Amino acid sequence: MSVVTTDEVSTSAHQEDAQVNYWNVNYSIKSWLLTKDHKRIGMMYLASIMVFFMVGGLFAMLFRMELATAEGEMFDADMYNKFFTLHGVIMIFFFLIPSIPATLGNFFLPIMLGAKDLAFPKINLLSYYIYMAAGITALLALGTGGVDTGWTFYAPLSTQYANSQVFLTALAGFLAGFSSILTGLNFIATIHKMRAPGLTWFRLPLFVWAHYATGLIMMLGTPVIAITLFLVLFERATGIGIFDPAMGGDPVLFQHMFWYYSHPAVYIMILPGFGVISEVIGCFSRNRVFGYEFIAFSSLAIAILGFFVWGHHMYLSGQSFFTGVIFSFLTMMVAVPSAIKVFNWTATLWGGNVSFESPMIWAFGFMGLFLVGGLTGIFLASMGADVHLHDTYFVVAHFHYVMVGGMVMAFFCGVHFWWPKMTGKMYPEWCGKLSALLVFAGFNATFFPQFILGWVGMPRRYHSYPEEWEALNILSTAGAMLLGSAFTFTIVYLVWSMFWGKDAKFNTWGARGLEWEKCATPPDPHNFHGVPVVTEEAYAYTGKESVDV
Amino acid sequence: MNIPISPEQASSFAFSVDLYFYMLVVLCSVLTIGIFMTMIFLAIKFRKIEGEDRPSVPLENMALEITWTVIPFVILLGLFFWSTYIYGYYLKGAPEESLQIDVIGKQWMWKVQHPNGKREVNDLHVPVNVPIKISMTSQDVLHDYFIPAFRVKQDVVPGRVTELWFEPTKKGQYHIFCAEYCGTEHSYMNGTVTVLSHEDYERWLSGALPSSGANGGVVMTGEKLFTSKGCVTCHSGLKGAQGPSLTGIFGTEGMTTEGESFMRDEDYIRESILQPQVLIVDGFTPLMQSFEGQLSAEEVNLLVDYVKNK
Repeated sequence: MSVVTTDEVSTSAHQEDAQVNYWNVNYSIKSWLLTKDHKRIGMMYLASIMVFFMVGGLFAMLFRMELATAEGEMFDADMYNKFFTLHGVIMIFFFLIPSIPATLGNFFLPIMLGAKDLAFPKINLLSYYIYMAAGITALLALGTGGVDTGWTFYAPLSTQYANSQVFLTALAGFLAGFSSILTGLNFIATIHKMRAPGLTWFRLPLFVWAHYATGLIMMLGTPVIAITLFLVLFERATGIGIFDPAMGGDPVLFQHMFWYYSHPAVYIMILPGFGVISEVIGCFSRNRVFGYEFIAFSSLAIAILGFFVWGHHMYLSGQSFFTGVIFSFLTMMVAVPSAIKVFNWTATLWGGNVSFESPMIWAFGFMGLFLVGGLTGIFLASMGADVHLHDTYFVVAHFHYVMVGGMVMAFFCGVHFWWPKMTGKMYPEWCGKLSALLVFAGFNATFFPQFILGWVGMPRRYHSYPEEWEALNILSTAGAMLLGSAFTFTIVYLVWSMFWGKDAKFNTWGARGLEWEKCATPPDPHNFHGVPVVTEEAYAYTGKESVDV
Repeated sequence: MNIPISPEQASSFAFSVDLYFYMLVVLCSVLTIGIFMTMIFLAIKFRKIEGEDRPSVPLENMALEITWTVIPFVILLGLFFWSTYIYGYYLKGAPEESLQIDVIGKQWMWKVQHPNGKREVNDLHVPVNVPIKISMTSQDVLHDYFIPAFRVKQDVVPGRVTELWFEPTKKGQYHIFCAEYCGTEHSYMNGTVTVLSHEDYERWLSGALPSSGANGGVVMTGEKLFTSKGCVTCHSGLKGAQGPSLTGIFGTEGMTTEGESFMRDEDYIRESILQPQVLIVDGFTPLMQSFEGQLSAEEVNLLVDYVKNK
């Protein structure tokens, strides 16, 4: 970045003035609700997804309490089924899929590109309102009895036999999809067309590459889930058999259509997290990220390959052996780019000047948990093992390790990293570190026993289970209580810091990048004064940067 | 406190699955711990020390990058071939001489029929060391037949017949679970597979052994039968249940679909179990199957007593 004149990262004289930033430029409600500022939209998304995270988490706490005893005593089977369905629907569609892209992506993509905003600011706001409409529809479904089909809506249970709020919930998912499609569209256009002078593709932060790959999946995959949900409602309403064999339909067709999106969807969830980790590990190693091109291309490889593996959810569905073999092979292959990233992040530490501020602790937590999550995917990709493990708690443990241990840790890692820049406030560092450790501990206590439970045969979505498995379930529930408390603690001190935290310095972490070096804390409404010119590679760390908490 | 960490091996297929599984556990543990420890080691070795003025010197090593692209690729390829081979062996189909048993899954019970016509509900009796082929279909939604001790599982799909096979190698009793979420009583759609010696299986087939699959020695009660035979799935008392609630009905009058009134006495309860099509309660449809031949006289008595006192 051309501003840097010494080996130190520059501080800005702006900090001393009563500076106009995107928060204080206008305090009216209207200026927030009708904003076109990507930063305000990002913060509104952050507030909304945190609310959904807590609602989804509450359901998890409830059914985890039920599972502490082998008998189904706390509530009846019907209620239990609704709780796990709503947990899945809310967490996936209203928390995980938007999470990093809609918050940190919206906020920092334009800034990292040296732009004033995204390519289509009004579409960005529209995307938020569609998301909120979808979210309200989901809450309406919840409030009018809930839905008990499982978040996977398998037919013909969902199309013919379920008596719950399938229409409202499927509609909510359908709408949420459009929010996602528009976000992806905006990102792709912005990255192609709005890079600052000198910012070539291979000087982009890896966070940007990650969001590019994510945007591709959002645009190409999401329409399929929209159509699939639409067809579920169509069959329910008209009785025309698409999925129900009693009316000439095919239940396995539903599964193909559903998973065609829902597998790439997990890459929508994790790729932005990978982007955050690249930024944070680069910063706190004070080092160039090892194998930049390999990490950038591995994101694209995952996005593309990810569209060809959906059948690994269906080995036992009635799908042919030959089909399964192809999917198993491709699934094994999609693990390679992820492995490359993990090795490259490790190698980034070599020769650096490593320090352990809170974002780095979150990042290390991510690495440990994502390693377990990713590797356990291999068990499930293996047809011979999947026969036994499919639809057991092994699967539940695997996807929580990647989605919560991986994705949610990466999300909080990014939030902790960019919090001072976004809010101009700083949380107490000891809180940031403690919560990372508590989440790590609570998470492992909750989900590691579930690998064992799956291996010994405990099926998923079970309200009550054989007594011999109670001990492991008690352990898991205890862990869930710790995990829930840790997340609550995190949200509490973050919100607290917005009102009573110390003012953040200009560049809290001594990080490099346009958002840290050329942008005020918090940013100016137009991000930059003038157009920045980029003359250096990304991650031009020298080792002399220092933290300014 | 008993903490099970591995499932029993009770089929000819179990060992090869377990070998693969445990090998993969070792591999993944080595990789996880190895990589994580390497990260910690490097973070300490290259930590920033206050006052020290060491510039960061990033690693540049294309050979390393290629190595850790190719090696995972090769390992994953090997795992693919091994696991596919295991599955292929299992899937190439039940041997010619297999004993064929038909299973129908419906919300929320398993209806099983043996080659000689003998039927059972939820449970499964099989002879040891004989290959068994299970042909399955569903009457309504997707289900899944899962026997952890045998390491077998297969979706049960409406509109088509799916199969699984196994050769039990150890006498005993093992869980059967439904492993595809199928609605309200999914968690209760369970049973017990009893692996018997050939002679005992023949005796059971001819009706000489009690049909209940319960653990030997445990006192069978009407309440337990009500669950294990699947009665509770339709007579759950929940809204929208397929059968009428049986709580507190003894001694009351009921109305049939034909408009006739009847008394819910002991004879009525007995007839409802053995010939359920005779009197259909108003508001319900003739869905219930007869349990004639599937319950011993003693079991019917236990159930009648249970409903009387419900």
